[in-house]
Amino acid sequence: MLKKDPIKNVLYVDLTKRDMWIEDKSELFEKYLGGAGVAINLLEKECPIQADALGPDNPAIFAVGQLNALYPLASKTVAMFKSPLTGNLGESHCGGRSSIAIRMAGYGAIVIKGTSETPVYLSIHDDKVKLRDASTLWGLQNDTVGRVLREQEAGAGTRSIMRIGRAGEEMVSYSTLTVETYRHFGRLGLGTVFGSKKLKALVISGKQGLKLQNWKLYKKLYDELFESATTSGLMKKYHDIGTPINVKPLSDKKLLPTKNLQQGYLDEIEEISGETFAKNFLGRRMSCAHCPVSCVHLATLKEAYTEDPYFHKTKNIGYDYELIFSLGSMLGITSAKQVLQIIDEVEALGFDAMSVGVVLSWATEMMEKGLITTKETNGLKLQWNDSKTYIKALRLIVNQPNDFFKALARGVIYAASKYGGKNFALAFGKNEMPGYHTGPAYVGYLIGARHSHLDNGGYALGQKASEKQLTPKQLVEKLVTEEVWRQIMSSLVICFFARGIYKPEMVVDTLRTVGYDLTPEDLNKIGKEILKKKHEFKIREGFNIDREVKEIPQRIFETPAPVPFDINFIKESVETFKNKLKEL
Amino acid sequence: MTKRIIVDIDLCVGCQLCMFACVRRKKEIGTSKSAIQVKSVGGVERGFIVVVCKKCIDAPCAKACPTGALMPKKNGGVKFIPEKCLGCGNCVKACSLGAVFWDQNENKPSICSNCGYCVKYCPYGAIKFEEKEKC
Repeated sequence: MLKKDPIKNVLYVDLTKRDMWIEDKSELFEKYLGGAGVAINLLEKECPIQADALGPDNPAIFAVGQLNALYPLASKTVAMFKSPLTGNLGESHCGGRSSIAIRMAGYGAIVIKGTSETPVYLSIHDDKVKLRDASTLWGLQNDTVGRVLREQEAGAGTRSIMRIGRAGEEMVSYSTLTVETYRHFGRLGLGTVFGSKKLKALVISGKQGLKLQNWKLYKKLYDELFESATTSGLMKKYHDIGTPINVKPLSDKKLLPTKNLQQGYLDEIEEISGETFAKNFLGRRMSCAHCPVSCVHLATLKEAYTEDPYFHKTKNIGYDYELIFSLGSMLGITSAKQVLQIIDEVEALGFDAMSVGVVLSWATEMMEKGLITTKETNGLKLQWNDSKTYIKALRLIVNQPNDFFKALARGVIYAASKYGGKNFALAFGKNEMPGYHTGPAYVGYLIGARHSHLDNGGYALGQKASEKQLTPKQLVEKLVTEEVWRQIMSSLVICFFARGIYKPEMVVDTLRTVGYDLTPEDLNKIGKEILKKKHEFKIREGFNIDREVKEIPQRIFETPAPVPFDINFIKESVETFKNKLKEL
Repeated sequence: MTKRIIVDIDLCVGCQLCMFACVRRKKEIGTSKSAIQVKSVGGVERGFIVVVCKKCIDAPCAKACPTGALMPKKNGGVKFIPEKCLGCGNCVKACSLGAVFWDQNENKPSICSNCGYCVKYCPYGAIKFEEKEKC
């Protein structure tokens, strides 16, 4: 680690005591590099065993890593907390300007503890850390909060503005923390934790500069990475049509979960394909700070006000593969415009887009099967392809006017435990499923520490009918190897999209410029230790993978997948994983 | 004829690689010493602006400098002589483009030397280093 690198500074904020201080955590950063590695250690220490996820003891932790601000595409921040959705490890990654802002403000991590009695927001500009009253911001939707804070706060151009919407305030278990309007700490409910703390927003900026000793090597590596990112073609798919490029091919292969996974394809897939979004709606693209890829695709949606047809509102709305799955195909939506309208509302209220889509698709099937009626839904007739009703339902999940919407606000597993329909409540480890219907993907969701498709990349396997099914042993070997390596990526903190560029040798070299002398084997050892610690935290908080296997929704076995799989395949994979975990 | 940085803001994706490049020229890592700035126009949803020296002939920043720390160059723009700078900040106020930035750590302005280094790192051609034209 570099001498005098301010990354060693961990900022602590106690909202109950209205106190803040800095602790030197050089050893932690030296050993675990930053990001996920440091955050899991802080979480282990700061979160008491069996703490209430919505109580003052649950910390919200942000951590950046050694390569943030130094190299391109190292543009992510890791957040850790106890998840109000799953009751165990909450971990979420986000870009925007967050990592550069935290690093340049002179911190390696921020730990927010306690609960404020009244709404507040946290304002951090270098060493000026202030809690400000947010009573006037409470109740406002996400985008409005951004607009207000832009006017109130310093640091234009380099600051990061993180905020919650009303979903977070009302403690919907899967609320997001939105960053720079289009980026999110999306999964597992960090927005909910903010809401429980009465913390509406966090604004951060800084003017620090870093100096290196081996400048020649630094510049050489920087240029190599820049060249790879801009000319090698490795990042092209993220840049051109972006992740939605997958929508049509995955539907064609019958692995795009549709109408609550009653089928793996949408008949009208052309209407919501990545190409359709790009052709008819793509307005422009955006990048995270210090990333040349610009994978953030913004659709321009022009709509007339109903009362005055010549009075329009024009909005730029971010879209991605996962949103087109969860708020598109899963709800049977057959028009790109309607998908965008739903996304817009999800953003304004501040939900995890993936979870809320899966929750609504479960509720729709419940109604379709007559297991619930309009009595439960406050008069709403939920049906596929009805975006207007879905938008009303989103508002009711926030307002929670009755027990049914209160249940929906706690996630699909909880709702199914109260109302039935467990066989088609599509969650793994209590986290609502991502948009890939393959056997390896499901194993990936189950054994991944965050139950996210991005934990181990299982979703990329088993997509082709021609592919031979991997044996459980082969599959788990691949997934765990990948997840171990991703611990290093998320400790530095490099965007997972850049994994093709940041190979182990490159990571070793870049770390050399900041004073580390590590081998790929050393990194593997560190990665294993981080992953092990995450699972220890999960188990400490009551996670039991055998129980989760019993909870697997039957639906995934009923809907044909390109490469067939059954419960035995998943069980064998999980058994292999349990042994593998012991070896870490 | 002389080259200067030309901006097409509609191509800007807000990655700020130009800012990091500018600071790298000063053998530092970060953005606060940058003499080019990318920021949003009232939020990223409304797009970006790129603010950089347009290499004025008879530059107002130089005229406002009481100590001659900003020396006008023959083909426009200025050369910064830090030893002469008092840190008064008059140059910042004099530039109506807002293209004179302030380095708070040094208490001196960050002045674009029009070297064009930042342009090499713009992935989309939002900034170019080209011959100066009148329109």
